[in-house]
Amino acid sequence: MAEFFSDPVALSRLQFAVTTMFHILFPVLTIGLAVYLAAVEILWLIKKEEIYYRMYRFWVKIFAINFGVGVVSGILLEFQFGTNFSRFSQAVANVFSPLLAYEGMTAFFLEAGFLGIMLFGWKRVPRGVHLLATCLVAFGGVLSAFWIMAANSWMQTPAGYRLADGQFFVTSFTAAILNPSFPVRLSHMVIASFEATLFAISGISAYFLLKGKEPRFYRRSLGVALILAAFFAPLQVLIGDLNGLVVFRHQPAKLAGMEAHWETNTKGGAPFAVVAWPSMKEERNLFEVAVPNGLSLLVTRSLDGKVEGLKEFAPENRPNSLILFWTFRFMVAIGFLFLFIMILAGYLWRRGRLFESRNFLRTLVLIQPLGFIATELGWITTEMGRQPWLVYNVMRVSEGISPIPPGNVVWSLALFLVIFPILLASYFYYVFKTLLGGPDLQTPIPPIQRPAGMLALRARDGEGGKN
Amino acid sequence: MDLVLVWAALVALAMILYILLDGISLGVGLLFQTGADEKERNLMMESIAPVWDANQTWLVFGGGAIFAAFPVVYGVLCSALYLPLMTFIVGLIFRGVTFEFRAQSRGKKHWNQAFFYGSLIAVLSQGLTLGGILTGIKVSGGHFAGGAFDWLNPFSVMVGIALIPGYIMLGASYLVLKAAGPVQEKARRAARWSGMAVLGFMAVVTVWTPFHYPLVWANWFSAPRIYFVWIFPLLGLISAILLVKSLKSGKEGMPLICSINLFLSGYFGLATSMYPYAIPPTVTLYEAAAQPETLLFTLWGAVIVLPIVMAYIVYSYTVFRGKVSHEGYYGSGD
Repeated sequence: MAEFFSDPVALSRLQFAVTTMFHILFPVLTIGLAVYLAAVEILWLIKKEEIYYRMYRFWVKIFAINFGVGVVSGILLEFQFGTNFSRFSQAVANVFSPLLAYEGMTAFFLEAGFLGIMLFGWKRVPRGVHLLATCLVAFGGVLSAFWIMAANSWMQTPAGYRLADGQFFVTSFTAAILNPSFPVRLSHMVIASFEATLFAISGISAYFLLKGKEPRFYRRSLGVALILAAFFAPLQVLIGDLNGLVVFRHQPAKLAGMEAHWETNTKGGAPFAVVAWPSMKEERNLFEVAVPNGLSLLVTRSLDGKVEGLKEFAPENRPNSLILFWTFRFMVAIGFLFLFIMILAGYLWRRGRLFESRNFLRTLVLIQPLGFIATELGWITTEMGRQPWLVYNVMRVSEGISPIPPGNVVWSLALFLVIFPILLASYFYYVFKTLLGGPDLQTPIPPIQRPAGMLALRARDGEGGKN
Repeated sequence: MDLVLVWAALVALAMILYILLDGISLGVGLLFQTGADEKERNLMMESIAPVWDANQTWLVFGGGAIFAAFPVVYGVLCSALYLPLMTFIVGLIFRGVTFEFRAQSRGKKHWNQAFFYGSLIAVLSQGLTLGGILTGIKVSGGHFAGGAFDWLNPFSVMVGIALIPGYIMLGASYLVLKAAGPVQEKARRAARWSGMAVLGFMAVVTVWTPFHYPLVWANWFSAPRIYFVWIFPLLGLISAILLVKSLKSGKEGMPLICSINLFLSGYFGLATSMYPYAIPPTVTLYEAAAQPETLLFTLWGAVIVLPIVMAYIVYSYTVFRGKVSHEGYYGSGD
């Protein structure tokens, strides 16, 4: 324990992990909810049904609370590259820092430009302009992810640079941004944000449907979320598979760690371990249940393709297989669970029982946090899998940290461990309060928003809208 | 065109905009305790609610710009000033989340305190950070080479304390413009005493720095700077006198202009003392800059984004101009 508190590398890594894992929850919902809101607003403009307007006004409240916490916790990350990893920052700045600067400018642009209209502009701007603002905020969220994933992917699969005296110089920004792992990792992250958000909305809506509150409102909220999820859940499984191929090709040690694969297969295929307990010390799995040739089939698309084992890499260059194996397994399991839920939803929908099956609704309530958990697990897999490197195969974590005494990090880490729980508790308190307050179905729609031939909530309301 | 100087100007612009704009918000935070009841505190809060968020993004932009354009400055300063910098950001976080959370809650007592103390912590540690930079930072081989508490000395403590009346002056002058009734009256009094305190502190800094720091002495008392360096203390003195006068005569816009000028005089004075050093007393702007390709690539983004953001800020201050009403922006949602 005392050793840990005097190890600046371990402390800085832990602090960055804590900050990132706290922060990432918020952008995930920001990105996903912005897209959901854009879909709802498009439906409002096309179908002119009042319920879509009410849905937007309800869910955007959550968006506003979420956005604030995301922004302030993001500032911490921006400065931690310098405070805790200054040697890394100074070495890679020529290639790496513009990507972060562009992210800052994108977020800046979005925040300064269009969020105000989205939240406060209802009485002031016409329908089309408001939709444009929503779409630009959604686009801005994805664009932010674009730059962050470009920067992170560059650390995983660096490209477009040359080294001189330990200093990185850029040779091509196009190559640096479009580095080998970037396209598939960006897709994976953005779709994860969509999925996590859509299943959260589904779970919340299902909860209120089970309670019998505002059935028409929450049915429509759930319906829109499920239709979108039906598209993204299978897509994510495909993208995840592609991601595996990229890891196999560019980060073989990471792949071997994720799969608890120790020995390179010389004849015959590499097995796929369904469950295993890898031991880093003994360089083997203490326990495993494996499918013969499974791993070769997955990553080489042939039954006997060669897959390098962890033992090909020097012990000091191996990531921790135990952590990788399990975080990766649980993430994949959640991805497939989502796919299965959507198949079930399709089946229930065909039989006309989608909103009637209480068991299905209960399941939706239960699984609602899983998208966020899967995102965290995926980040643990990918970042722990990059170890011991900061820039893959080029710069070690231990070479990148700031020349500071460990006591500094203990101080800031202690501060964070105090404020993050307070922030998280306050955040959930106000989110729950807003959700339990329910949608506002009464306040008149501002005249500038009211389309000709609008379908009022009450007129078409068979089940009675607001009771 | 010299890319390094262009970026130095952009970073300087982002920094002064952050100091002035968020300084106003932090100042209102420091004055928050003077509110007699929730009604007065709501009024103070709502005078900055629609704009603080965009104001704070100058810090995000400034941080990103320093990282991209002057990575050595970013790495060295962040390591050297680790403790005050981290504490500063934590203060900002507390202050920042208060806007939404306080508006949402019925019992506002805890969030009132979070707002005040968050602002106070942010201001104090910001002052210590600035003081630490001015004191000078030990650099060897392009990396920080000093200790964890190098930033802590009598001079930096004084700068930290001086920043409190400084931001109170900005916040109070702003409230004179935006508020009416008892809040405005109290702001007027606060602006007067804090303005005089700021002048006093600036006089101390002006005398203290050249005697303690040979670099500043050399910068001030040699050609060509000796021909214009006296302008800044003079501008500061005139601003302070006009500030007190305008407060007495009951003007509402003038005090804010004077306060801003007082800050500008100090800022340009410091910039003159430091140029061409990015990290006093050893690393120059040119030594700290990133490679030209990086400067150019990042400049494209700044050229596109900055004009739009500037236009938006002007627009939002225009939309929310005039006195703050008690109805507020929160709660109505429209």
